[in-house]
Amino acid sequence: MSAAPMIDIRNVDKVFGNFRALDTLNASIGEGEFFSLLGPSGCGKTTLLRMIGGFDEPTSGEILIGGKSMAGIPPNLRPTNMVFQSYAIFPHLNVSENIAYGLKRLRLGREEEEKRVREALAQVELSELGPRMGNQLSGGQRQRVALARSLVMRPKVLLLDEPLSALDKNLREQMQVELRHLQRQIGITFVLVTHDQYEALSMSDRIAVMFAGQIAQIDSPKEIYQNPATRQVADFLGGMNFLTASELAVDGKVFRAVLPGIGAITGHLAGKAISDPASAIIGIRPERLRIVWEGETADHIVTGKVVDRNYYGEMTSLVVGIEGQSERVSVVETNDFGADDIPVGSDIAITYDRDAFIIMQG
Amino acid sequence: METSAPTMPAERAAGLAPVTRFLRTETGKGWLTISPPLIYAMLLLIGPIIVIVANSFWSQDYLTIDRTFTLENYRAALTEPIYRDLLMRSLFVSVTVAFVTVILAYPVAWFVSFHGGRYKGLWLFIITVPFWSGYLLRILSWKVILGYKGVLNETLLYLGVIAEPLSSLIYNVNAVVITLAHSWAAFAILPLFVSLEKLDRSLLEAAADLGDGPVRRFLRITLPLTMPGIIAALMIVMIPTVGDYVTPKLVGGKDGVMIANAIQVQFGKASNWPLGAALAVSTMVIVSMVAGAIVLLLAGLKRLLK
Amino acid sequence: MSALSASRRILSAYVILYVAILYFPVLLLPVFSFNDSATPKLPLAGFTFKWYESLAGNAAMQGAAWNSLVVGVSAAVLSTVLGICAARAITRHRFRGLGAASSLIMAPLILPEIIIAISLLVVMLGLGLQLSLVTVILGHLLICVPYSVTVLVSGFEGFDPSMEEASRDLGETSFGTLRRVTLPMLAPSIVSSLLVTFTISLDEFILAFFLSGTEPTLPVYIWGQLRFAAKLPNVLALGSILIAASLILLTAAELFRRRAERKMELRP
Repeated sequence: MSAAPMIDIRNVDKVFGNFRALDTLNASIGEGEFFSLLGPSGCGKTTLLRMIGGFDEPTSGEILIGGKSMAGIPPNLRPTNMVFQSYAIFPHLNVSENIAYGLKRLRLGREEEEKRVREALAQVELSELGPRMGNQLSGGQRQRVALARSLVMRPKVLLLDEPLSALDKNLREQMQVELRHLQRQIGITFVLVTHDQYEALSMSDRIAVMFAGQIAQIDSPKEIYQNPATRQVADFLGGMNFLTASELAVDGKVFRAVLPGIGAITGHLAGKAISDPASAIIGIRPERLRIVWEGETADHIVTGKVVDRNYYGEMTSLVVGIEGQSERVSVVETNDFGADDIPVGSDIAITYDRDAFIIMQG
Repeated sequence: METSAPTMPAERAAGLAPVTRFLRTETGKGWLTISPPLIYAMLLLIGPIIVIVANSFWSQDYLTIDRTFTLENYRAALTEPIYRDLLMRSLFVSVTVAFVTVILAYPVAWFVSFHGGRYKGLWLFIITVPFWSGYLLRILSWKVILGYKGVLNETLLYLGVIAEPLSSLIYNVNAVVITLAHSWAAFAILPLFVSLEKLDRSLLEAAADLGDGPVRRFLRITLPLTMPGIIAALMIVMIPTVGDYVTPKLVGGKDGVMIANAIQVQFGKASNWPLGAALAVSTMVIVSMVAGAIVLLLAGLKRLLK
Repeated sequence: MSALSASRRILSAYVILYVAILYFPVLLLPVFSFNDSATPKLPLAGFTFKWYESLAGNAAMQGAAWNSLVVGVSAAVLSTVLGICAARAITRHRFRGLGAASSLIMAPLILPEIIIAISLLVVMLGLGLQLSLVTVILGHLLICVPYSVTVLVSGFEGFDPSMEEASRDLGETSFGTLRRVTLPMLAPSIVSSLLVTFTISLDEFILAFFLSGTEPTLPVYIWGQLRFAAKLPNVLALGSILIAASLILLTAAELFRRRAERKMELRP
């Protein structure tokens, strides 16, 4: 990135007692970027977000926002605002008062304050609800009020701590679209914490995947999904078939492998540095495997036996045992051609896209 | 863009005084927040108790305190028959009151927890209110009830159950036990209720599903799992009542005098602080030992109930 | 279910009996306080207000009432302030030693009052302090703080800590957050704590008896009057007023506590 980053995380450690919650984190988040911290619970993503907001201090290392070190600067003096997981809507204030809460300290004058509150309410489509008390709102409404309350402060960075996790599925999907839209419209940096890989994939410009206090990979959603750096990342972002290789060699930007029961394959490292080929592993996403129907031909045919079948409505996942492979392989097919009718126990022929194999650090 | 060499927060903090640095940590903030009530308790509870303990090893001659170490007060407190009897009686009263209170309160706590429904809070309020009001008046009331010409005797006479008033109702240990048990009944409900509330109802269903009837369910599930509440209730009644002063004075008569009355005399009329202090310390140590023994006993009982 | 089971009916009957016995002595004396007889005995002789009327001109009693008010208000306010500190530390901070510190603060709840009373007495006199209302307040503070802490801990637990963080996040200082978020959220619990601790102080006898010197509080005054058999009806009238006051204060405290609960409740 050529421009100075909006947020610069430098060698950040966080130690609670003798538990290392964050381990030498480094990341740069650009201006206007929608950046997600994705990982399982306890991976440290919320701790990192709270450090950016000023609710926790790093044990060592530092965080810069807009080029300025934030060490020792309390949350009220940082150019960030946060949407809390619980939304933290003040129940003793009404919606307008909630939104005006931070403005009161800016002493803008009554007219300007009211104007900003009106605009914020309109922005989140809650214009009618100004006088409603904080504890009389639905989950979705509270989420919008929390958003408006933060945005009205015109922060440089908006921090969102699992903001959609309390909503039901339909509302969550609708809010994902709205949040993304809102971010494009106002153009400030959003940092989102989530454990939901689909949420991160659909909303973000870039994602940092975290495990056990470390960042495993920072990349665009497409790269993260198609080209995960490690086995853990691949596993966390949807299904991945891990394959046994009898031979595996890395040569420059390509790798070659012999997969028992499948054959010899090659693939690209795609910019990854595989430091230790001995522990590397080959994988392929289930949707990159296809059934070869009777009468069809394909270049590479792999035969196996259907061990199990899971029906998902519009598609079916077949679990296939391939001789020579220690782990079973799953194949996802739409039901247009009758994948849901293939009996368990029958023989099956499958094929793969030549460029679909991925190499990952184990 | 490269800013000037970033200073690590750790380095920056190193420039601060150690106290300031400590107060910035989570532990420091916590101690700072709790310090006002903690310092108060240190100064007005721990401090005075240390002074009392020190006093118990001194001696007094009229108004002057002799600060040479002596065990004479403890010898008097633990071996002189009058104090030994008072101490034993106080222990007997407090242990009896604790068990009576808890046994009588348990079904009520059970009822509120299992059948209180929406009105649990209201039930607790109704039950605990008498505890908060009219400490003196309640004891006085028992005097009026149990007295020779009291309400109970008059009623029994009127009903023809007795021919002449009973003199055995008041001015003895029983009257003290009844009055104290009544005083503390409401307080014992609270820990029992809390422990019953924590009891996962599905455990009882599981026990029923596995073939236990109501009695076995109670003995094998409810009783062991509410044992912490039972122990807490026993302690919360037993320890304070051992030092009750007003009840024995008003309804105890000669036969119902307790150790607190003797302690009060040493700090009042008799004015022998060191002896009073030794009596107080002995009482606390012995009641703590009895409390410990009860806890161990009930923990053993809990292990047997399986 | 058409009828309650037999065991359930027995249990209900027991609970009703239990509550009746709990209240009987508390309500008996007020009955006698309206009885036109110099001694409390059955059968009742007739209705009268005279025992209450004679309280009106009793300067010593009024002095004691004023003392109780001063002690009660001081103890309530100070113990609520200390209680807020303790409750905040207990609910919002995790640190080594918290358990020991809070046990120490809660200890007066379970200690015999006579122990607290004599040890304070010895220290106060040892320091050369004159026994006065101040010494009573200091003693009452010790036993009131645990109740304040109990009430306020549930107050703090009732609201989401991220409310305070949100306030800081929106630019408010720590003091501003206390004023604009914490105190309004805690208000019902604070009122409840004030009322409960005032009632405890109003009712407390042993500490006041040992520490009050020449300025009696109402219970100490009542205790003094008990020596005179002829004053008993007056004592009953005064005691009934005290009980009535306690009941009103406690009911108010309970209503505030419930309001606090409702306030925190989310109604989608």
